[in-house]
Amino acid sequence: MHELSIAISMIDQITEESESRGGLDVEAVHMKLGIFSGVDKEALLFAYELACEGSPLQGSRLVIESIPLVIYCDACQKDRTPPSVYELSCPECGTPGQRIVTGREIEVASLEVVA
Amino acid sequence: MSTRMVEVRAKVLKQNDLLARALRERFRTEGTCVVGLVSSPGSGKTAFLEKLLAGLARDSRVAALVGDLATENDAARLRRATPNVRQITTGTICHLDAQMIEKALESWRLDRIDFLFIENVGNLVCPSSYDLGEELRFVLLSATEGEDKPLKYPTIFNSSDVAIITKMDLAEAAEFDLAAARRNIESVRPGMQVFEVSAKTGTGMQAVFDLLHAQLARERHSQVAATI
Repeated sequence: MHELSIAISMIDQITEESESRGGLDVEAVHMKLGIFSGVDKEALLFAYELACEGSPLQGSRLVIESIPLVIYCDACQKDRTPPSVYELSCPECGTPGQRIVTGREIEVASLEVVA
Repeated sequence: MSTRMVEVRAKVLKQNDLLARALRERFRTEGTCVVGLVSSPGSGKTAFLEKLLAGLARDSRVAALVGDLATENDAARLRRATPNVRQITTGTICHLDAQMIEKALESWRLDRIDFLFIENVGNLVCPSSYDLGEELRFVLLSATEGEDKPLKYPTIFNSSDVAIITKMDLAEAAEFDLAAARRNIESVRPGMQVFEVSAKTGTGMQAVFDLLHAQLARERHSQVAATI
């Protein structure tokens, strides 16, 4: 389970961000998590709460937006959603898709702070 | 209590990615071909690496970093092939990251190494998120594990460049369906190169040596071109 490592990296990053803006009172952290990122959403929610203890982010909420897997189909020249994460092919024409457009994100999108 | 939104839009593993990029740059400048190895525990990573090191050491300078949660056993095994082996003991951490690699390389003269292998912790989940600066990533799948591993762990197979099917000497006894395994790999990583090997008998190893020599030649060639 590397979600704890991911959570710790997030907290370090957000703390730094907060300090560079003169100290923010963070209520919630909004993140984008690709379903093909190798990071599990539930495990990350659990790890985040644990990792926040004793940090400036203690008590903050983590809001995760799941980003679907989208590949680019060279034959159709369009972005396509493959049938599953283990069938990386175009659902329309069946061409295998080598280029991933979205689905690998592990990103902090925004912070909800006390105004 | 009113709140406001502050845009951040930052990759969580930015630090790792930046460090990995710097490492990749350094490997290119020094002319070292760096290959990462990932697989589940017990798929024969160390046996395969032992054969790789011994085979390549005949005409090249080789080195390896090996990651494990605990023990120095793997490093001791690999030192039979080359003294240039360092163990990275991660403690409770289930993957290697770029910082561990940078630290482990301390005082090594990369310009005197042709091939550097980085054996990750045996784990098909966590290592997929961390770039280590390697030029190629090999994912190993043993004939005894079953042919549906790629479908169960699509992320790591997709993030790798080459698939190596190991323990092919046991394929028949394990009723391993090679065609299905190849189909499954193709499904999660279209176009991926696949090699079938047995580290025990040596079957199939030559093709991997050839791939690595071609990769090294290509990297050195582009390096020379960049210098001119």
